[in-house]
Formats: sequence, C-alpha cells, structure tokens
Amino acid sequence: MTEDDVDRIDRNRRHFLTVATVVTGVTGAGLASIPFLGSLRPSARAQALGAPVEVPLGSIQPGEMVRVLWRGRLVFVLRRDEGMLTRLPDTVAELRDPDSAVVDQQPDYAANETRSVKPEWLIVEGSCTHLGCAPLEDFEPRPVEGWGGGFFCPCHGSKFDLAGRVYKGVPAPTNMRVPPYRFVRDDLILIGQDTGAA
Amino acid sequence: MDKVNLIARLLAVFALLAMSQGFAAGGAALDHADIDPGNKASLQRGARNFMNYCSGCHSAKYVRFNTIGKYLELSEEQIIENLMFNAERTFETINTSMPAGSAERWFGTAPPDLSLMARAKGADYLYSFLRGFYLDPDSPTGVDNKVLGGTSMPHVLWELQGYQKALFSSHTEGGVTSHSIDGFELVIEGSMADEDFDDFVSDTVNFLVYISEPIRSERRKLGVWVLMFLVFFWILSVMLKKQIWKDVK
Amino acid sequence: MARVEAEVGKRPEGVWGGLVKWIDDRFPMTETLKYHVTEYYAAKSFNWWYVFGVLAFVVLAIQLVTGIFLTMNYKPAAVDAFASVEYIMRDVEWGWLIRYLHSTGASFFFIVVYLHMFRAMLYGSYKKPRELIWLIGMLIFFVLMAEGFAGYLLPWGQMSYWGAQVIISLFGAIPVVGDFLVETIRGDYSISDITLNRFFALHVIVLPLTLIGLVFVHIVALHEVGSNNPDGVELKDHKGPDGVPLDGIAFHPYHTSKDLVAIIVFLMIFTAVVFFAPDMGGYFLEHANFEPASLTATPEHIAPVWYYTPYYAILRAVPDKLWGFILFGASVLLPVFLPWLDRARVKSIRYRGWIYKSALAVFVVSFVSLGWLGMQPAEGVYVMAARIFSVLYFAFFLLMPYYTSIDKTKPVPDRVVYHG
Repeated sequence: MTEDDVDRIDRNRRHFLTVATVVTGVTGAGLASIPFLGSLRPSARAQALGAPVEVPLGSIQPGEMVRVLWRGRLVFVLRRDEGMLTRLPDTVAELRDPDSAVVDQQPDYAANETRSVKPEWLIVEGSCTHLGCAPLEDFEPRPVEGWGGGFFCPCHGSKFDLAGRVYKGVPAPTNMRVPPYRFVRDDLILIGQDTGAA
Repeated sequence: MDKVNLIARLLAVFALLAMSQGFAAGGAALDHADIDPGNKASLQRGARNFMNYCSGCHSAKYVRFNTIGKYLELSEEQIIENLMFNAERTFETINTSMPAGSAERWFGTAPPDLSLMARAKGADYLYSFLRGFYLDPDSPTGVDNKVLGGTSMPHVLWELQGYQKALFSSHTEGGVTSHSIDGFELVIEGSMADEDFDDFVSDTVNFLVYISEPIRSERRKLGVWVLMFLVFFWILSVMLKKQIWKDVK
Repeated sequence: MARVEAEVGKRPEGVWGGLVKWIDDRFPMTETLKYHVTEYYAAKSFNWWYVFGVLAFVVLAIQLVTGIFLTMNYKPAAVDAFASVEYIMRDVEWGWLIRYLHSTGASFFFIVVYLHMFRAMLYGSYKKPRELIWLIGMLIFFVLMAEGFAGYLLPWGQMSYWGAQVIISLFGAIPVVGDFLVETIRGDYSISDITLNRFFALHVIVLPLTLIGLVFVHIVALHEVGSNNPDGVELKDHKGPDGVPLDGIAFHPYHTSKDLVAIIVFLMIFTAVVFFAPDMGGYFLEHANFEPASLTATPEHIAPVWYYTPYYAILRAVPDKLWGFILFGASVLLPVFLPWLDRARVKSIRYRGWIYKSALAVFVVSFVSLGWLGMQPAEGVYVMAARIFSVLYFAFFLLMPYYTSIDKTKPVPDRVVYHG
C-alpha cells in the first residue's frame, strides 16, 4: 500500500467514525429529551383532578340549571321542561348548525335534535365558542322577538338555543360543546366519561 | 504518573471507604431487615397490613392507591375491596381519617406521615422499632420502645406479637450508671409465633420501603439501558479520538 | 464540496456558504469560531487532569436544564415546598429522573470543580500570566458555594431548615453588624417562608446568571493568554513560521474529540449514580431531609452537605464563635492568594522539589480528612484531629512563600514532554 492509500483509508475511516459518533450523539440527545418533554404532560395529580365528575340529578327541578366544574371548566346541567322541549324546533331556521354537522362539538350520541342522551337533560360546556366567556341563562321566551329561550353571551352578544346551538349572525362560529358523559343511573350522570353510546 | 497524582487517587478511595456510616438509632444496635423489593406477594401482604394496622393513625399522603395497585398487579376491584376504607376513587392518596388536631391532643404529637419514613430512618430502624415495644408501667400507653425511647405510639400489633418485657443490664462508667436492653422476654402471648410475627413486620417494612420510592425498580431497569448506550457511545468516541490524533506527533 | 478561490481569501460557495457570509458580514461568527475553537491552540500534552474544566461546563448545563424543568413544578412556599418535591418525584412524568439528575449534579459539580482547582495547583495554572483566570475561578467557586447553599434550603426538609439555621446564624458572629446582617439575609426573625422565597429567587435567577457570566469571562481570560500544560511551558514562546505554536494543536478537532471521550466516561459514572445510587448512602441525598422541616425538633446531627464539610470542620475546630467564623472565612479565601504566595520559579509539580510535593500531599490529606471530620460529631479524638489538620491546611498557604522559595526545582524543558 502506498502512503496515499493509507491516507485515503484513514480519511474514510475518520469520516465514517465522525458520522457514526455524531449520529449516536444526536440519537442520545434525542432520547435524553424524552423525559424533559414528557414531564410537560399532565401529571398524575392533574389526571386525578381531571377525573370524571358525578352529578346527582334528583334535586334539579324542570326548567332549572345547575353549574358544575369538570377539569376546571364550567359545565351546565339543564333539566328542560315541557315548554322548552316543545319550543326547540321552532327557531331551527335561524341556527347556523341545526343538525350538529360540526362533529368536534359533540360526541355521536349528542348529534341529535336535543343534543343529548336523554331529551330532558342538556349537558353542555358553559363556554361561548367565540372567545370563551361564560354565557348567561336566558330561558324566558320572548315571542315578540322570536326568542324561544336559550343562552346569551354578554361579551360580544352571541346567542345559543336551549340545545346549545348557535344562532346565525353572531360572532360565535359553532354550537356549544357537549362533553363526554353518561348516565350511571337515571338520577346520576358522570361527566368526563362515556361508554360510547351511554 | 505523578506521585501526588497517585496519592490523590488513593486518598479518594480511602475517603470513599471511610464513608460507611449506617443508620444508627441513638446507640441502639438495630436488627437487620430482609428487604425484598421484587417480592410482590410480600408487598401485597405489607400493603394489607399497612392499611389494616397503620392507616388508622398514619397517612401516606404522597402515595396513590392506583400507583400501588399497578405495581403490585392488583385489579381495581381488589384495591377497592382490600385496601380502600375511607377513599372512593383509586387515584386518591392514602389519608387517615384521624383529625390532625385531635391526634396531637391524644398522643402529644401527631402520628407522622409514613410516605418517606423508610428513606428517613431506614428499613432496619422500622423493623426493629415495630418489634421493639416492651411493657412499661410508667408510660401512658403502657409500653415503651427500645429503638425510640419515650415514643407516644401504642403497641398497635399487640394482638399479633403479644407483650414482651425488656431485660435490662446496667453499666457503670465514671460514676454514671446507664441501662441498656439486652433482649426481650415474651410475657403475654399473641396470636402469632415469633417467626410469623417477624415475617409480618418484614412484609410491612418491605411495603414501607416500596412506598418511600415507588419508582425504584423502574429506575434501575432504565439505568441498565442508559449505561449500555453510553458504553457503545464511549467505544465509538475512543475510536474516533485515536483516529483524529493519529497526526499528532 | 469544491472551494473556489476568490480574489480575496477563500469564499465557500453554495447556499450554505452564502448564508455564512451573510451572517459574517453582520456578526463575527466565523471569526469567533476560529479564534476560540478551530484556531485556538492548546498543548498536545494535556493529560486527563485537563478535562475537568469542560466537565464543569457539562455539569453546569445539566443543572441549568434540569433546574428549569424542576422550577415548572416546584412550589417555593414553606407550606408547599416539601410536598411539591414529592409531587415531582411521584406524580410528574419523569419528574423523579429530573430531580435525581439535579441532586446528583449538585454533588458532581463540586467533585469536578475541586479536581479542576487541584489541576491548577499541580501545574501552576494560577501563576503569571494566568492570575486573573484564577481569581475569576475563585469567584465562580464562591458563587457556586452560595448557589448550593441556597438550593439546599428549597426542599424544606429537616436538614435544609436546620442546616440553613446554623450557617446563617454564623454571620451573627460578626461584631456590630452581625445581627443586622443575619436578619437581613433571613428577611425574618428566624428562617421562614420569607427566607425560602428569596433563596428561591437567588438560586433560580441571581446566582445562575452570575455563574454564567463569570464562566464566560473565565474562558475569555483563558483564551487571551492561552492554556497552561502539564510541563508549565509557555507555548507561545515557540511558534512556527505560520504563527502556530509548535507544541500546540487546534482545540477542534483534537481537544474536542478527546474531551468527548472524557464527557462520556463522566456521564457513565454520573448516570450510574443517578440510576443506581442517587442517595449515595445519605451523602448526596441526606436521610434527615426526607423528613419535612420541623421548627421544634432539631435533628441529632446537623452537618452541611459533604462538599462544605472541610470548611465546616475548620469552623468547629476553633473553640470561639467569632474566631471560628474568621478562620472559616479565611480558609475559604486563602486559595485566592496562591498566585502571590507561590514563589517558585517553575509552574509544574514535575519540576518542583520534594518540599512542595510533600506540602501538597499534606494539603490533600488535610483537606480530605477535614472533609470527613466535618461529617462526624465534634467529640473525642475528632476534635484534636480537626485542629491538627486545620493548622496544616493554613500552614500550606501561609508558609508557602517560604518553602517555595527554598525548594530546589529542576530545570524546565523548552518544549512540552509528549510521548504520542
């Protein structure tokens, strides 16, 4: 072998070793970053605090609404009375998404006329889909205005009906979100957990 | 190698060897606890013992039931049925129902939380402590403890161990007489024979060691992989260094 | 990639080269890289004592990164602190690993820094023209001691609380201003939530920023005069026709590839501790600190963490509060004066006589023994031993002007000793 040959082998070997070392180092760095990035995920305590919330329904009267917190978020539990249920279809023409076509806003079992598992009970997140303010109760119908009852957001005037569906011509783009939930018993719901079809 | 270099290295070794201080409890020699972190059956028994005998007064407030359940390979039902008395959901931590203020009034000091006791005092201490209660008519609880004299903890396990009395011997040194405990003698029998009681305590201490650092076994397993990777990386780096340094004359 | 020689100097071609030029026209990037890395020449004869500087840098990086992630979950209030550490250990995903990396890193920082300083003593790296590097380094050491002290209070364990109580009270020994100083440091009449909060600010912001600034200045000062070497020969005395020191080799790729090996070996030892013995028998994570701070129950044995114990032993050896404090301070400060205490004409221990070699050996034995004694209770034969070693420690420095001037040195070679 000439000197040039030895040189060439050395250079090739050096190049190979450099590449191998750099690749190993970068891999190591990547693996080492896993614990740090992983630590940013919700901790066991967050998961515990974010656990499903039980809401007993026995003491809620027809027409009455209760507010509960789930994962730090406000959830409305409304027991719709006869009148409310009857008025639901009346204002469908003025709604942006009457058939709940935007699938992200509710689980499958709430993609119906009443946006709920059972018609009597509306469970919906108390967060306006515009910028997140908590909408106010406005259940009294005002036939003169064509208002059948629903929610009114004081921040920028968005309106939703008694199934949480958004009206046209308001800043909010989508229907109020329905969280996952299920009926443990007729008088007890668990918000934050569903079985797929309740 | 420089002579000083050599001496410095020898000293480092000496320094490390000199650091062999074990846990000692105020002079009393401790019995050795056989801790078996991998023995899940022992840990399951220990968990049961802890919940039944200790958790009435002592919390383990940093420990979650579902953490224990996962490691001890218990189903959710098993955890709820056998371990959870005042808790409802498995993500909850082991709390005691004893009100803190009352505890201080009744015992003079609140029973400490046990989540980290094994790391603070050591397994041998806990093992000797739980087996070290003896009759003492002067004490408000009727007992004292060889490892922690003057303890306000009653002999919770009396039904199992029975009651023993201490065999004292006195030593006089320089005009000062001190007493030390040479051993114990069982005066009232409990439901368990000596070896069985020792096993009971051993399981319980095993559990206490486990809850003081639940991640222990996982950390050791991961460590093997990390070191293997580093050995591989080291070999590569040595080869690279030698290759690069070839042109240094 | 082909390089085209342009009219003036070499200009790398292509998109990449274009980007480099764009930056270089606006920022001294290539110039800095050349001066400090690819054309910084250091002796080819470096031995393994020379890796501790870069290892200290690695540990600093580890502490900064792990520290940031700990801060995301730690709560600096007396009522929450201890629980938040357990939250990190048990509930935060991978929290246990981040915590152990940080606690192990703290101890390894001192191991590496002590060995780094010892290298300077072996090879006279503090002597002219490197006195300023040494002074900055000593400053780094003091800031590091403060950083470790502040950090140790944060877990709010028994040793955290009582260790801080004892050490801060020390400052009360200073006449006239002592009590005022102590109260000002504490922010309260005893160590409390207020003290904890401010120590958190010190540990997370003030001292790390100071440390980073000082390390930067330390390296700039080093590069200004060039590194020393195991023979104490000045590389710049013998340059080739191209201006490159004959005994020098470029930092990159020679010292970088060698340092990489050292870093990996270090990481092996470091991770072995992290994964298999993070407590280190109670020396890295002290047993008493697994009990939350109790304002009424003092632990049996209050001692600072192992890396402060040599100085603590000296403090305790003196049977007077004020003089103990003074001598404790003096023991920490004395090494600052080494460049001027050391009168030898040679730098490296290789060319010194038996007097210095013996003195250094005695110093090492004393320092390590004091460290061990500082961890024992101050009773019996330990008291006399601590006194003897304290005297020897001071003698090493105070008698140095004398024994280094009479020490018979060997002739120092012109060029470094390198065996390839």
